[in-house]
Amino acid sequence: MSAGLSGGGLHVLGPVDQIPVGEGRAYGVAGEQIAVFRLRDGSLRAVSALCPHKGGPIADGTIDRNVVMCPLHQHAFDLETGCSTTGAGPLRSYPVFADGSQNVVVRLP
Amino acid sequence: MTALASRGRSTPADTRRRLVVIGNGMAGARAVEEILARGGAVQHRITMFGDEPYGNYNRIMLSHVLSGEEDAGGIFLNSLDWYRENGITLHAGVRVEKIDRFAKLVFSDDGRATPYDVLIIATGSRSSMPAVEGLYTPGGRLLQGVFAFRTIDDTQGMVSYAQQDHHRRAVVIGGGLLGLEAARGLQSHGVGVDVVHSGGHLMNAQMGPDGGAVLRRSVEALGIRVHTSSRTTAILGGDKVRGVQLRDQPNIECDLVVVAAGIRPNVEVAVTSGLPVERAIVVDDHMRVPDEDEIYAVGECVQHRGEVYGLVAPLWEQAAVLADHVTGADPSSVYLGSRTATKLKVAGVDVASMGLQAPERDTDEHLVFSEPSRGVFKSIVIRDSKIVGATLLGDSRKVAYLTQAFDRGLPLPEERVSLLFDLGGPGEEAGVAELGGDAQVCNCNGVSKRAITDTVRGGCTTLSGVMDVTRAGKGCGSCKLLVRQVVEWAADGTVDEDPAAEYYVPGVPLEKAALMSAIRDRGLRSVSAVFAALAPAGAEDAKSKMGLASLLKMMWAGEYIDERDARFVNDRVHANIQRDGTFSVVPQMKGGVTSPEQLRRIADVADKYNIPMVKLTGGQRIDLLGVPKEDLPKVWADLGMPSGYAYGKSFRTVKTCVGQEFCRFGTGDSTKLGIEIESRFQGIESPAKLKLAVSGCPRNCAESLVKDVGVVAVDGGRWEIYIGGAAGAHIRKGDLLATVDDPGTVTLLAGRFMQYYREHANWLERTYSFVPRVGIEHLRAVIVDDAEGIAAGLDEAMQRSVDSYTDPWAERNDPFTPGQFRTSLPLEVLPRVPIR
Repeated sequence: MSAGLSGGGLHVLGPVDQIPVGEGRAYGVAGEQIAVFRLRDGSLRAVSALCPHKGGPIADGTIDRNVVMCPLHQHAFDLETGCSTTGAGPLRSYPVFADGSQNVVVRLP
Repeated sequence: MTALASRGRSTPADTRRRLVVIGNGMAGARAVEEILARGGAVQHRITMFGDEPYGNYNRIMLSHVLSGEEDAGGIFLNSLDWYRENGITLHAGVRVEKIDRFAKLVFSDDGRATPYDVLIIATGSRSSMPAVEGLYTPGGRLLQGVFAFRTIDDTQGMVSYAQQDHHRRAVVIGGGLLGLEAARGLQSHGVGVDVVHSGGHLMNAQMGPDGGAVLRRSVEALGIRVHTSSRTTAILGGDKVRGVQLRDQPNIECDLVVVAAGIRPNVEVAVTSGLPVERAIVVDDHMRVPDEDEIYAVGECVQHRGEVYGLVAPLWEQAAVLADHVTGADPSSVYLGSRTATKLKVAGVDVASMGLQAPERDTDEHLVFSEPSRGVFKSIVIRDSKIVGATLLGDSRKVAYLTQAFDRGLPLPEERVSLLFDLGGPGEEAGVAELGGDAQVCNCNGVSKRAITDTVRGGCTTLSGVMDVTRAGKGCGSCKLLVRQVVEWAADGTVDEDPAAEYYVPGVPLEKAALMSAIRDRGLRSVSAVFAALAPAGAEDAKSKMGLASLLKMMWAGEYIDERDARFVNDRVHANIQRDGTFSVVPQMKGGVTSPEQLRRIADVADKYNIPMVKLTGGQRIDLLGVPKEDLPKVWADLGMPSGYAYGKSFRTVKTCVGQEFCRFGTGDSTKLGIEIESRFQGIESPAKLKLAVSGCPRNCAESLVKDVGVVAVDGGRWEIYIGGAAGAHIRKGDLLATVDDPGTVTLLAGRFMQYYREHANWLERTYSFVPRVGIEHLRAVIVDDAEGIAAGLDEAMQRSVDSYTDPWAERNDPFTPGQFRTSLPLEVLPRVPIR
């Protein structure tokens, strides 16, 4: 699903429609696991897919406009910055957007 | 031994002064806390005597223990560790009988003589027992069924007595604060209550007749009968309470009498020891007993400038002055008496009272507003542009400001009406802004305005966060409003959204009933529509989604608009997420009954998908654990069975025994009934999970007495229905709802109860909390006797939910959302659940 580029740069992950509104899906991108969320306002957010607390699958979390809550122990993380609002370690956050043909594009450092 | 002893003797002697405290209640412990806070442990070796065999607890919270809102263990102020950590010797359950003030010794009933250099008397007070015939047995004990309302033991005795089924009616003697609290608390145990009050109106120590009349209306609306100007002349019974006799009025039959007719200072030790006692132990402005350099007294056992106080706030002020002198921290410190303000929820009604009840001089201004139908009454007495008294009932919005204005003599607005209502006069914030940093906001835990503002400025900007850090508002809770205002003021309007406890979900500021009626009035059928219409700034809130989704599904059944992002992952993929991110699958096995064919199929699936663990659940089902999300549809398809509901906040399983089919003792067909109930209610959403059971005889092999709904077949073809049982984090035997003649009625009443629970319980509130909170009597009235005429509506609403049921596992062939069953697991190896 990744563009096959190794390391940093832009990666095209396929159609935005793969992600239901308000939910997240996990992608393997250049060896990294990334959870991409499609907010109810249509915008996208991307953070690392593994909860630093106990390894929970972040893409299965519940979101609102600001945070994602890990399904295992309800730790919450800011979707913009990845910082935990509940005292856990941070997730990494990645720039992400939809391109002209409505594909998810994520930028790795 | 000798060596040890001589070595012991050679250590330097403890030269600290011996401080002995008689009394381990709120005053004694508070005085010691204040002394410790002033470095008093360096100067003093502290010994405390307590009459009760416990650490010290918050007596104000006893009404919460009575009502069941609080566990007795939850009201302790200082644990035994606190005594240990501070090097305090505590003699709990030991009563001091005499003080020898010349030899400086106290004698206690364990035969001990304890020397002191400094002595603090904090013996408090006890319930005042009226001179009433029949109150005591010939042996001098209180008649069985008569209780004072003063100690943990009193309270627990009352609870266990009230919970016995044949004790249905109680009379509370005394219609003051304590009496009304007792009445309300007893109601929560399903006991009918009469309050007998000798005064002309309720709470006559705190308010005038007009306020008392409004309060009476509110109290009577709760179902409490009130008899004012009534004197109890005798307790009827002989072996145990059977009623009370009133002067000039008919007798009242009852099983339980609570005496809450005032308090009397405990002064026996002081009297016996020759200390000056009038109404209570006399003290000067330093809290010292006159002519005694080293004896202090504090709290309810004290008379200062002719006043005896029965409230907590004066006690805090006295303890601080006492500590200033005992430690020498501030020899100029004086106590000049307290202005008393009461601010409480009395029997569910907000009551605040301070200073004068009514004008005394011709020049006093008197503002009165009365709206009895809403239970609102406000009266303010103003002298020389200062508030000298106020009574507020049923509306606490202006309480914080008025209390501060009263305490501190703040200047008042020209437009007096703004004291009663928010009309753009000085807002509550103005009152908070003018408070000094030292002003104590929380009296139970002694938290100052400065402590709160420092915490907020340190970055903690939610009310609950500040409460957690400072413990403000965590005592009796009456100051919560003021704590909130101080937090808001200190945060300068940037208080983070706070999950207020009374909201159904944190993101929508409405209680359940208000939320449901707003949803219904506006026809909101999806979670996003609820956020848009009812949440602050229309903002969605992750923590609120699951609760709202459940509520909407319950309310709209088939007309609910299902937005999958509002569901928890379990409800999105119809399986239970496990610690390693895999899921568990539980095939439906109604009533715990299976077949060889089903077992064979399950075994084949377990082989085919390398299921790491096959386990029997506590609810008699087979659990296939460790299934990756992407395998779920295939596993379901190969099983070819419907969903067995091992996930989600919903009706789950009905556990059964074999009953009359095979069992020698079975009196009813429990298996058949269990299957019927499970078939009917499968998958029904509820505020928390529901686990049921049906037992075929009173041996209860299906453990029906500890289920949310449990059914027991009893001899004669009848069935008992129990509700509110639990055997998990809490253990509770269910309450008997009804005994009925046929299985059809069991199913009907169980469904009606579940629907009532669905409509009235808080989110995540299990039935073991809900049933005692609402009261079994009330539930029985509504569900069995249809006292409110809503039974048909409940049955109909439940039927709608039953009719709209679809098997969620049908989504295996037709995913509801793209990638519904795509893995969210990272590729890295996760912490694995051990496989056996």
